[in-house]
Amino acid sequence: MQLWLIPLLPFAGFLINGVFGRRFSKGLVNLFGIGSVVLAFAWVLKTISGLGPLTSPYIEHYYTWIQSGAFSVNVDFAVDRLTVVMLLVVTGIGSLIHIYSIGYMAHEHGPHDGGYYRFFAYLNLFMFFMLVLVLAQNFLVLFVGWEGVGLCSYLLIGFYFDKQFATTAGNKAFIVNRIGDFGYSLAMFYIVKNFGSLDFSAVFQRAPGMPQDTLTLIGILLMVGAAGKSAQIPLYVWLPDAMAGPTPVSALIHAATMVTAGVYMTARSWPIYTHAPIAMEVIAVIGIATAFFAATIGITQNDIKKVFAYSTVSQLGYMFVGVGVGAFSAGIWHLVTHAFFKALLFLGSGAVIHALAGEQDLRNMGGLRKKIPWTFWTMFCAALAIAGFPGTSGFFSKDAILLAAYQHAPWMYWLGTLTAGITAFYVWRAMFLAFWGDYRGHEHPHESPPVMTIPLAILALLSLSGGFLFKVPTFLAGVFPAAEEVENMALMAISVGAGLLGIFIAYVMYVAKPGMADALAGSMKGLYTLVYNKYFVDEIYDAAVVNPTVEGSSLVLWKGMDAGLIDGIVNGIGSLSKDVGGVLRLLQSGNIRSYAAWVLFGSVLVIVAMGLGGGIR
Amino acid sequence: MNLLSVVLFLPLVGFLIALFIPRSSPQASRTWALVISLAIFVISIGLPVMLDNSATGEQFGIDVPWIATPAIHFYIAADGVSMWLVMLSTFLTPICVLISWRYIQHRIKEFFAFLLLLEFGLVGVFIAQDLFLFYVFWEISLIPMYFLVGIWGHDRRIYAAVKFFLYTFAGSVLMLAAIIYLYNRAGTFSYPAILAMLSSGRLMFDSTEQLLLFLAFFIAFAIKVPLFPLHTWLPDAHVEAPSAGSVMLASVMLKMGTFGILHYCLPLFPSAARTCAPWIVVLAIIGIVYGALVSLVQPNMKKLVAYSSVSHLGFVVLGIFSFTQLGLDGAVYQMLNHGISTGALFVLVGLLYERNHSLAIADYGGVATVAPWLSTVFLITTLASIGLPMLNNFVGEFMVLQGTAIANFTWTVFAAVGVILSACYMLWLYQRVFYGEVSENVRRHIPDLNLREWAVVVPLIAMMVWMGVYPMSFLPPVSKATARVLDQAQINVPFKVELPRKVEVARAR
Repeated sequence: MQLWLIPLLPFAGFLINGVFGRRFSKGLVNLFGIGSVVLAFAWVLKTISGLGPLTSPYIEHYYTWIQSGAFSVNVDFAVDRLTVVMLLVVTGIGSLIHIYSIGYMAHEHGPHDGGYYRFFAYLNLFMFFMLVLVLAQNFLVLFVGWEGVGLCSYLLIGFYFDKQFATTAGNKAFIVNRIGDFGYSLAMFYIVKNFGSLDFSAVFQRAPGMPQDTLTLIGILLMVGAAGKSAQIPLYVWLPDAMAGPTPVSALIHAATMVTAGVYMTARSWPIYTHAPIAMEVIAVIGIATAFFAATIGITQNDIKKVFAYSTVSQLGYMFVGVGVGAFSAGIWHLVTHAFFKALLFLGSGAVIHALAGEQDLRNMGGLRKKIPWTFWTMFCAALAIAGFPGTSGFFSKDAILLAAYQHAPWMYWLGTLTAGITAFYVWRAMFLAFWGDYRGHEHPHESPPVMTIPLAILALLSLSGGFLFKVPTFLAGVFPAAEEVENMALMAISVGAGLLGIFIAYVMYVAKPGMADALAGSMKGLYTLVYNKYFVDEIYDAAVVNPTVEGSSLVLWKGMDAGLIDGIVNGIGSLSKDVGGVLRLLQSGNIRSYAAWVLFGSVLVIVAMGLGGGIR
Repeated sequence: MNLLSVVLFLPLVGFLIALFIPRSSPQASRTWALVISLAIFVISIGLPVMLDNSATGEQFGIDVPWIATPAIHFYIAADGVSMWLVMLSTFLTPICVLISWRYIQHRIKEFFAFLLLLEFGLVGVFIAQDLFLFYVFWEISLIPMYFLVGIWGHDRRIYAAVKFFLYTFAGSVLMLAAIIYLYNRAGTFSYPAILAMLSSGRLMFDSTEQLLLFLAFFIAFAIKVPLFPLHTWLPDAHVEAPSAGSVMLASVMLKMGTFGILHYCLPLFPSAARTCAPWIVVLAIIGIVYGALVSLVQPNMKKLVAYSSVSHLGFVVLGIFSFTQLGLDGAVYQMLNHGISTGALFVLVGLLYERNHSLAIADYGGVATVAPWLSTVFLITTLASIGLPMLNNFVGEFMVLQGTAIANFTWTVFAAVGVILSACYMLWLYQRVFYGEVSENVRRHIPDLNLREWAVVVPLIAMMVWMGVYPMSFLPPVSKATARVLDQAQINVPFKVELPRKVEVARAR
């Protein structure tokens, strides 16, 4: 079936554009950059149609990667129904975002003139690694994709590499992800120690027979990795900063695909988790806490991309709730619908930013509804979907997660519903601030070209209809353990009501009575400052971890230990022997008479010693 | 003709001929060094090609009596480990010649002569089978390096050269004493003969004896590695050395230490090695974390890379003392990886130095704008160094940590912290040197790679990718050799024994 062709196509695009792109025209860059991804999408479709119903995974073996003693790990790819879902999302939405980027990046230049080709080269490299990640048949090959997408995320966040805030954000993303990868690596080591293999089928087949403690430890370590990649507490801090990258990057990597890799990986590892209830509880609690916590920060942000960034963190939290409560397919379903509506929200805000010549601050927008109607109406669809408006895609998947959460623990449902209300509020706050009222900026807003608006329109259709068009849980029924179908009209009505209420409050505060928001913020000054500054988490991390590490390494380890103590001893021994030598050197005067005197002195000493020792026998 | 002896003696021939090239034609010295070192590399490719991987034991052996009393033989042979280390030396020597082409501006003839003499010593260290011969090569390699640092180094070169020499020599003296002691007990300098006596029980050491002998060898090797806290000669030597000196020092000379530990300490003194293992592992882990943390705060690029070597070599020592097949294979692989990627880092730092005459990170910034290809190559090397999958270091680090985890999971938890920190110091370095706004100074002084420099970096990058994507080109001979070390030491941590059933299931699939 040539599964390898799926990731290799974008990789070829990366190589061609990366090496020769500097000399290419934009058209030629587009041809290789976008053509390769669209071809990969086509190859995915062809593969799927050729594989039939896929009741069991289809595996392709390529070669032995590492072998030593009894341990070996292969480079294998596999496709099952879960992979199919991921492949379609990655290549489908990836293609749309690539096309959109033609328009978005047309006016943007990197620090040196080659910004355009560099952008597409990195984006293609990302596609390669993301596809490796979802096609992997063992934990180590998955890790190849996992680290690779992190690299591309680093490169694209720091795309404007002459700007220090961008490269610092890139470093932060990479290093925080490394902390997560630390957990993931330890999980792999522990898996090999206990299972003797990293192969998915071997590990998952044997998981039920393993002691629960082992599985719990593995499950929690895997979740540490997922928390890094998918921006969950306590490792979410890199994602909001990642908005320094170009907006299509935020849509593709930091909303639709890469950040969902953690959800995918934990769902893929369900045979480990279903036998490690404590680890699942950890996932669910982290998920719900992150969902709520990030949503509250979203209320106060003024940068349109930051609002959606915190929203992404929050929505990823929902997906983890799904995984954590055992509703794996619901979590994946939300992954899919979120990919539709959040990619659209980012691409839409990209169109807004594009229209306003780079303006991102909501306070300088307003009244854009009439000026850029395509952008407005498509974002309108996405905003309805994320608020869980009945019938839209977000409604179905969020509802599935919340109902499953209720089965598991009612408090999670209630906190999730509250979060749904907050979500609707802050998304619509952004919508009202940007599109209603009067324009507050100084630019001349203009609608984006069709190459941008057509992808927006397609995503808008998917955001509206994706829920009933793609019944992901039905499709994945054979992959995950069967979860009981829950129907609870009352609970559904409450969560829908929470979303509508959120929209309504936002309308009142930002359209009907525009002064109300400021007044409210003023009356809760302390709380507002706390939330506005993102609970000072970055500052706390800096003070508690970053600064002590740097200062301690410099003062204590380097200057104290290395230069002071160790080299002090070394140089001390050196100068001591020099001093001793200096004294002994005085004996070597070159003066015959003094040598004679020393001989005499020595002889006397020997004779005295012999005398004391009892004389010569 | 014995292939191994050709690879060994050609550098010496090259050195002797180089001495006769007139001082007035430096171009002839350069060309000669390049031609002969390339020829040696091409010939050395015959080693892996002709190695018979189904045979056990050393190959390409040649044993000629050298001195009658005491009975010292010229006895050389190679196994899977020493063969790759020889190839590492022959691969990097032409690269060092090329990067010194313009970098070295005075005493050109002597420089290239010493480089070839260094290659002779290094190759000899890895293949000597006679302990006395081993010691001779060990010291031979020290002398040219002393001069490379002392003559062609930077401002504090004399201090660094003397410190380097005395540090290593202090260890060598201990080792020499131990070698003589071994000779007195065994009656031979032949290493295979001594091993045979040990395994047949004709030669036995009581535990104190074994411990003292082990420590005498181990300290000599540990200084060379360098293992914390014996590492402080390394940053000084690296900073002061010319580019080629740094490359050979980091890439090959440090491996003399880890090779020695693996090749001599474990098979000769297994129970002492086992007794000391927990202590050594702790030092290795401290080295991993400590080297990385100190690296983080260095204002000087070369010092940063030097301290990162302390961290990387900590992984190698950790792998060896895990006493697992995976750990040992990973340790050997990591020796080679470190040779390639850290060698490349020193090459690239040298290219920056040649352009801007500064090693201070603060004197750079925005290089990516003016020299995009140099920056790309540096980035790939950085990624290799921090262990990105599909590049070489990842495979080695994974194997070492996995092997260690099989032996003791707690050790792995601490050691893996080094993987996080490596990303911190390397990416921060990269950001400060290559990103940001470009200063006028950088714009004026830093052109992109020229043809000669491309010829240097392309093989290095190619190796990083090859060793990362398809390590099975390299690993089988290594496994063969390390398995024998573990057999001789009889301390293989029983991964195989513990898990036969589980592994069978994994295989049966």
